[in-house]
Amino acid sequence: MLEVRDLTVSYGTRDGAAQAVRGVSFTLERGQTLGVAGESGCGKSTMALSLLRLLPATARVTGQVLFEGEDLLTARWARLRAVRWNAVSVVFQGAMSALNPVRTVGDQICEPILLHDRVGVKAARGRAAELLEAVGVPARRAGDYPHEFSGGQRQRIMIAMALACRPDLIVADEPTTALDVMVQAQILRLLGDLVRESGIGVIMISHDLAVLAQMCERLAVMYAGRIVETGPAKELIADPRHPYTRALARAFPTIGDPASRLAPEGLPGDPPRIADLGDGCAFAPRCESAGPACRTGAMELWPSGEGRAAACVHVLEGGAS
Amino acid sequence: MTPVLEARGLEIAFGRARAVDGVDIEVRQGEIVALVGESGCGKSSLARALVGLVRPTRGEVRYRGAPLDYRRLKEYRRHVQLILQDPGGALNPRQTVRAAVAEGPRLHGLKDDRVTSALARAGLRPPEDYLGRYPHELSGGQQQRVVIAGALALEPSVIVADEPVASLDASVRGEILKLILGLRDELGMSALVVTHDLGLAWNIADRVAVMYLGRIVESGTVEEVLIRPRHPYTRAMLAAASGTATPLQGEPPDPARIPAGCRFHPRCPSRTDECGTIDPPVLAGVACHLTPLEEIS
Amino acid sequence: MRSLFWGVGVLAAFALLALTAPLYIGDADLNVVKVTGPQLSPPVGGYPLGTDQAGRSVLLLVIWGARESLAIGLIATALTVLLGSAVGLLAGHYQGMIGKALMHVTDWFIALPSLPLAISLSAVLGQGAASITIAIAVTSWTATARLVRAQTLAVEARPFIERARVLGAGNAQVMLRHVLPNVLPLILVSSTLTVASAILSEATLTFLGLGDPTSVTWGSMLQAAFAGGAVTAGAWWYLLPPGVAILIVVLGFTLTGRAVEHLLDPRRSAHA
Repeated sequence: MLEVRDLTVSYGTRDGAAQAVRGVSFTLERGQTLGVAGESGCGKSTMALSLLRLLPATARVTGQVLFEGEDLLTARWARLRAVRWNAVSVVFQGAMSALNPVRTVGDQICEPILLHDRVGVKAARGRAAELLEAVGVPARRAGDYPHEFSGGQRQRIMIAMALACRPDLIVADEPTTALDVMVQAQILRLLGDLVRESGIGVIMISHDLAVLAQMCERLAVMYAGRIVETGPAKELIADPRHPYTRALARAFPTIGDPASRLAPEGLPGDPPRIADLGDGCAFAPRCESAGPACRTGAMELWPSGEGRAAACVHVLEGGAS
Repeated sequence: MTPVLEARGLEIAFGRARAVDGVDIEVRQGEIVALVGESGCGKSSLARALVGLVRPTRGEVRYRGAPLDYRRLKEYRRHVQLILQDPGGALNPRQTVRAAVAEGPRLHGLKDDRVTSALARAGLRPPEDYLGRYPHELSGGQQQRVVIAGALALEPSVIVADEPVASLDASVRGEILKLILGLRDELGMSALVVTHDLGLAWNIADRVAVMYLGRIVESGTVEEVLIRPRHPYTRAMLAAASGTATPLQGEPPDPARIPAGCRFHPRCPSRTDECGTIDPPVLAGVACHLTPLEEIS
Repeated sequence: MRSLFWGVGVLAAFALLALTAPLYIGDADLNVVKVTGPQLSPPVGGYPLGTDQAGRSVLLLVIWGARESLAIGLIATALTVLLGSAVGLLAGHYQGMIGKALMHVTDWFIALPSLPLAISLSAVLGQGAASITIAIAVTSWTATARLVRAQTLAVEARPFIERARVLGAGNAQVMLRHVLPNVLPLILVSSTLTVASAILSEATLTFLGLGDPTSVTWGSMLQAAFAGGAVTAGAWWYLLPPGVAILIVVLGFTLTGRAVEHLLDPRRSAHA
């Protein structure tokens, strides 16, 4: 359904162009869930926003984003708008700022339905009520304003809005980050159920590998604007091949695992600045197993198992360290 | 042995809301205690009361057995320090690293040769490279190290850390936790770490206290509480963290309307009729009247 | 940084002219009895900006007027900013009784109509520069106080204030070392605007006849021009120069204020 080929995004800055996304490719089938993990500044949100050309005009995007075979990067605005309305929806983090504070949530859910489905107000209200119930908000609260809901409920409403026009694909950018553990679990469960029932494809972006592992079949780990490892979620976390994935996985310990008891694990150093990237592996400066080849050679995603790939030279050497 | 820091019968009310509603907690010498709960459970208010930022409505805070004297707060601050969640906001944007770390020693009339050693202690090496920098020139992890160095410069015996890694990147998180663990192992410092993350408790804490709606509902060693949880709320949190079971329904409740009986009963999956009438006391580290008596004894 | 260049340049030029004026402008140029020029003459050779109805050079009058206009503007601003910032800072920091009381006083002053107040003040204090300065300060400090209080409240809510408290900082320390530096850029910017409005107020009050009739300021020039029938006579050279001078000085302060705000932000100066 969605195929992304060699996507790059660069911003012009005073010191020349900085590439936030440096050649990302992946595919997503109907009903599949893909989790994109990475730290702040790794380009994951930029990548997601560029899929629907939601970036500011200063960003330069190259590559291809094929949705049902049609390149969204070169599509005309009218066509793109149609896709944004009814085929792909986006759920942002921070539901409070994404909802209009002076309109009732019912009206806000109805708006795209009225515009897009060309149905009467009554039918739209009915559908809005259905959607609210589906995300676990009582339909009688459709007349309430955003501030009357809790953070978790607002995020549910955002999901209801995203579902309003029966999309084929949902792009969710940190949908649960600001929420509590318990509420976060509820929202993830809700999203999971919806995906399973309706066969919607989901791209979910998060810094939290544990959240993605719960929700997604496949994972892509991004570092410094590139996918460094991809594969089935469970395998990727249980047996990471890229040292960065390994570090991320260890940062979220499994409770009860004696190895992580009183032994927090992290990575020395800081995430790289995109502007100062040189040759070789972007992760090499923080990598404990970096050799000379890592600092000079070009990295690409090499196959590292069935349905898996990792951008680490150690994969080529054939040994999982 | 007298605990280094403790709260006895602590109650904090803001208007009608009882954010903290009768809490006993203690941190012993060289011990890391994790205080775990959802947002709005009162854990941050409790942390602020322990460092003397909020005066409790009832109950008291004790340092090495002596009740906290609010007229001599400044002296107390030498011993008990706070680390905040958002290091970017916790640093004055117009102060250099040197000024930020020297703040404590300056206020207490101590020599500022503590600045470089505190920075090095907090993992910013060589310290000289950081002295002249402003917060916005540092990464999140480095900012948090500056905040920690600022606390260390006073050589406190207890650190209260409110969500110290919640706003940091995953790969940096572990490094900051290592640092806190190292302070305990090498300097014998005690710490109370407030968090919503049970994994963090597993990573660094010796004991854990689970807080729900202003009260501690379960406490014990990390192994006891996280591997053999006895309170239904602890079980629910563990399940939510691992994604294995259906999460609790409903929203975190409102401290202005604490339910009668057991405060957890409206959301409790295993409630009985009695739960609506009996407010269970904390017995042997758990506040649930369903916990079998034989388990308690 | 162009705005800094122009702003400071304009202000320096005016300050230089004002300070050195006594060197080349004497009593013979200003005293209506002693001057010898043609009356109300349009710009000619010896009088590049023409003359007033007494025959004085308008150019020399504008330069001389800068002395008192700038002095009143700056002193009134200093008073306004000091009083307003102190009240705003205290009201924002002590949010209890003290803050409420201070804000009530501020509201009370805001409710006072400024022009009648200034007129009655100068009636009590007598005509002249001192009463005009005080009248300006008394009526304009409230704006600064409100602004500073709002910013203080915003700064006080930030976590670094809590951190400072835990490190042992008292009220004075918090206000002076943490709140003030973060409010200062705003105070500076607002004070450049206050200078501008103080100079305008000075002109207004003098124009209304509340100034010292013997001293020359831009306001008194306008008043004299108006009273002397410059408008009906079409003597634009007499009306325009003090007005333009006010405009340029106000612009100079505004540009400087903006540049200073820029310089004080460590975030920006790091790149500049």
